Amino acid sequence: MKLESKIPEGPLAEKWTRHKFNVKLVNPANKRKFEVIVVGTGLAGASAAATLAELGYNVKAFCFQDSPRRAHSIAAQGGINAAKNYQNDGDSIYRLFYDTIKGGDYRSREGNVYRLSEVSVNIIDQCVAQGVPFAREYGGLLDNRSFGGAQVSRTFYARGQTGQQLLLGAYQALSRQVSTGKVKLYPRTEMLDLVLIDGEAKGIITRDLITGKIEKHAANAVVLASGGYGNVFYLSTNAMGSNATAAWRAHKKGAFFANPCFTQIHPTCIPVSGDHQSKLTLMSESLRNDGRVWVPKSEEKAKGLSAKEAVDIPEEERDYYLERKYPSFGNLVPRDVASRNAKYVCDEGRGVGKTGLAVFLDFADAIKRDGKETIEAKYGNLFDMYKQITGDNPYEVPMMIYPAVHYTMGGLWVDYNLQTSIPGLYATGESNFSDHGANRLGASALMQGLADGYFVLPYTIGDYLATQPMQKVSDDHPAFDEAINDVKGKIDKLLSIKGKKTVDEFHRELGKIMWDYCGMSRNAEGLKKAKGLIKELRAEFWENVKVFGTNDELNQSLEKANRVADFLELGELMVDDALHREESCGGHFREEYQTEEGEALRNDEDFAYVAAWEYQGENQDEKLNKEELEFENVKLTQRSYK
Amino acid sequence: MNLTLKVWRQKNQNDKGKMETYQVSDISPDMSFLEMMDVLNEQLIKEDIEPVHFDHDCREGICGMCSMHINGRPHGPQQAVTTCQLHMRSFKDGDTITIEPWRAGAFPVVKDLVVDRTSFDRIIQAGGYVSVNTGGVPDANEIPIPKSVADEAFNSATCIGCGACVAACKNASAMLFTSAKIAQLAMLPQGKTEAKTRAEKMVAQMDAEGFGACTNTGACSAECPKEISLENIARMNREYFSAKAKSENTDM
Amino acid sequence: MSWFVRTFGSTLGRKLLMALTGIFLILFLVVHLAGNLQLLIPDGGKSFNIYAETMGNNTFIQIVSKVNFALILLHIIVAIILTRYNSKARPVSYENFNGNANSTWSSRNMGVLGSVIFIFIAIHLSNFWWVFKYGEVPTTTLENGTAVKNYYAVVNEGFSQLWIVGIYVLSMVFLAFHLAHGFQSAFQTLGLNHKKYTPAIKAVGKWFAILVPIGFAIIPIYMYFNNIS
Repeated sequence: MKLESKIPEGPLAEKWTRHKFNVKLVNPANKRKFEVIVVGTGLAGASAAATLAELGYNVKAFCFQDSPRRAHSIAAQGGINAAKNYQNDGDSIYRLFYDTIKGGDYRSREGNVYRLSEVSVNIIDQCVAQGVPFAREYGGLLDNRSFGGAQVSRTFYARGQTGQQLLLGAYQALSRQVSTGKVKLYPRTEMLDLVLIDGEAKGIITRDLITGKIEKHAANAVVLASGGYGNVFYLSTNAMGSNATAAWRAHKKGAFFANPCFTQIHPTCIPVSGDHQSKLTLMSESLRNDGRVWVPKSEEKAKGLSAKEAVDIPEEERDYYLERKYPSFGNLVPRDVASRNAKYVCDEGRGVGKTGLAVFLDFADAIKRDGKETIEAKYGNLFDMYKQITGDNPYEVPMMIYPAVHYTMGGLWVDYNLQTSIPGLYATGESNFSDHGANRLGASALMQGLADGYFVLPYTIGDYLATQPMQKVSDDHPAFDEAINDVKGKIDKLLSIKGKKTVDEFHRELGKIMWDYCGMSRNAEGLKKAKGLIKELRAEFWENVKVFGTNDELNQSLEKANRVADFLELGELMVDDALHREESCGGHFREEYQTEEGEALRNDEDFAYVAAWEYQGENQDEKLNKEELEFENVKLTQRSYK
Repeated sequence: MNLTLKVWRQKNQNDKGKMETYQVSDISPDMSFLEMMDVLNEQLIKEDIEPVHFDHDCREGICGMCSMHINGRPHGPQQAVTTCQLHMRSFKDGDTITIEPWRAGAFPVVKDLVVDRTSFDRIIQAGGYVSVNTGGVPDANEIPIPKSVADEAFNSATCIGCGACVAACKNASAMLFTSAKIAQLAMLPQGKTEAKTRAEKMVAQMDAEGFGACTNTGACSAECPKEISLENIARMNREYFSAKAKSENTDM
Repeated sequence: MSWFVRTFGSTLGRKLLMALTGIFLILFLVVHLAGNLQLLIPDGGKSFNIYAETMGNNTFIQIVSKVNFALILLHIIVAIILTRYNSKARPVSYENFNGNANSTWSSRNMGVLGSVIFIFIAIHLSNFWWVFKYGEVPTTTLENGTAVKNYYAVVNEGFSQLWIVGIYVLSMVFLAFHLAHGFQSAFQTLGLNHKKYTPAIKAVGKWFAILVPIGFAIIPIYMYFNNIS
């Protein structure tokens, strides 16, 4: 199958405008004859569902949480980028576009990224109109801060809770449509399969998480806004419930999965404290503006070193390794570089803390220089959170940090219209692969989710719907019953194994394999080993998993089992993708491909393409399809932060 | 450390339910409360006892999903934290901990510690929004908003909708939750246009859901993980009374 | 149902009624205390008797007094309605509920405090008001020769009994706790919560809740010991 990105012709800056003119429209009176399913109610899902309903479509919105307001977009801290140039510091749509393409290490589409930058300005207007309380200057106008190494201040924020405020804005817009009856909400309902009629997406199969009822929902089109798959790693900054099931089951029905190995590891997370750890907590990247990263120079000193003891380590015995290796960027190197270097020093045995998997982030100098009040004003809430979780007081002892899985750039392959390789199936937000290439810039996830939901999908979906018969899709089609039987069969099987190991034990093992071999740095040997280990683990899972209870009730252990079953398959595809991509770019670092200084070495000659994987059946290796990336406007260069 | 847990077990909404006692051992003080519950559940599964169901998701104190009434208080003994941010170092070896679901008629128990909070969603649906469609809005900097007002509105907007206010209130009143949204939107120029009808509709929905009335004990605000202030309730009252006095709406 | 009934039938409407009647009753307490403190003037009850006589014969005061009774009744009725409504809002109660961790005892027990105060009011009315109005009150002659009813003697007689004094003093403790929460709560309900003024309202409320009940309690105590000596 030839992958058509459907990027419109014409100059970069005019593509989206032209495209909006060229897409087919559905007459306002006819929109009410169409029904659209939206799975997920985070920024991408809630904004899409609300906007589609405003336009007149009938929408069914699904989320596994008890309320749409709890989707994990809510946890985003830092901010949202927009090329408003309110600070008059030389920002422009083109600059945001350029930064995003470059930050993504040239593995994303120019057309998509330019459109993202273009609509970023509308997002801010929209959110302010909804009553989102962004930070403001004393003059009453919006405040901005700089973020993630960008040279301009273009990040809009609401203290450390930007994601929450944006999501509540979208949730409220969605709630308004629920009250008008245009949106029907299905909370605590999980999508377990996609239904195709004549090769087109025409519905989904869901499980009501309270009653266990397996239900069919038909629609004229299906939108997946179900988030990323970072929880393959077991430990990540994702929510406990974040899962890949909707996307993965769509993949198994024919939607291509693109660049699955592109995962982002965030350098400043609170380290694992023991085997009991269930998730990792992120500390805003902004801490690196004032904190200095170090470990002891010698292994003996580092072993088991606690934060309290660290205070007594003399200056000459400390290794401020980021400042040493990257004199010009120092502690402010990009996320992937900072993460990888933390791993290296820990691999050398110089990691600190009980587990040896942590490095110090020290504010002693900053406090000495600026005073405690200044530091408190900047980071007070983060310091409090750190103290709450670890019991250590960062005003007195250094923080301990370690990288953690944070975001997945890969996802369902979509064209310029956000349509997957299945007609009628769309993917938005983190669930698609489209805009971040091999590495996402800080404060861009919120931008992309809302861009897709508010300003892109509502236009582009019309192009498909305009070709569809104006009638309700019936759920009587045998495809629905077939899908229901598959889903039920899978659940029955999970419940009937009655093995010895809990779902969490399997998940933890999978996570360890992924983290060790497909995490911050990868090599062919490790990846091959990981593939074997995952296959074995998956086989064992289907023989030895212990899932408690029945289907006909709230059964959290069954919910987990369903999700982990999919992670066990997706994990293998991630490994395959990482193995095949013989270059280092962005979040994907292959040890075999690095410069003499140990930096990522891209191979634009052979790998400037999107790897879109096609499902071939149970336990079969997937088929690779390539979408070549064409760069007409930017010049591909090697990143350097020395 | 070793702990005795007294946990509410209830099969489903129709079951009567009762407290059960379990022992957990080797609990690390670095665990979060929910990780301690994970340990309990792993142990129960191994013993062929159904694990305790509880709501949780982000585990970093922002999604508002976790909801345990621990030793007589929502989200446990610490101020300004959610259950997921409560760590076991707040307890001592040998402690007995009682764990119950939120109790309110408008929050029926679904199973064990899981309750149904969709009543909160319906309150927002009744009017907790600004009625603007996507697109066609003015430039974000067109309406300056004094920093103090924006900050105040932000404080109200930090509500995570967990329901601790209802759980703590002796009357199971949802006024802190409802007022936080009414106040946030009433303060901002964008929300002022609809402020009156919003107050009328949201209060009517809150009453229809069967939440109790406020007696100003202040328990809600004291237990709120985001420390939403009682000033919100006062503002809601002002908005509501003035709406009732002035609005031309005779149907509500 | 008209909008009016619906408004005052809502939780907020009922709270408003509680607050408004409460504030009226607070004002009544001030006036009542001011009048009653005349019992402490050592003139053999002259001032008090004149005051009581004047009050009894003034139409305006009589109307206010009826309104006062009505509002006490309204305060009680709405309180009962709200209490019943609120208890329905939590059909299953907690095994373990640690209210002291987040609120004052008095704020959670306004109903209990109010009920005790209601019983006190009944006793109080039967002790004095009923006797004044329908009972046998001896007369006394003023210096200018006019004969007036000697209300003072009735009060003096009542407060010569230790158990009555005990009930009065104890009831004032309950009143103090009721006011401690009720005073500032009424302002909060009316929406009067402001960073600048609320601390003042709370301070005034606290001192009101202390001084007014003490003022009332001094009267029986003083008169009792006065009688003994």
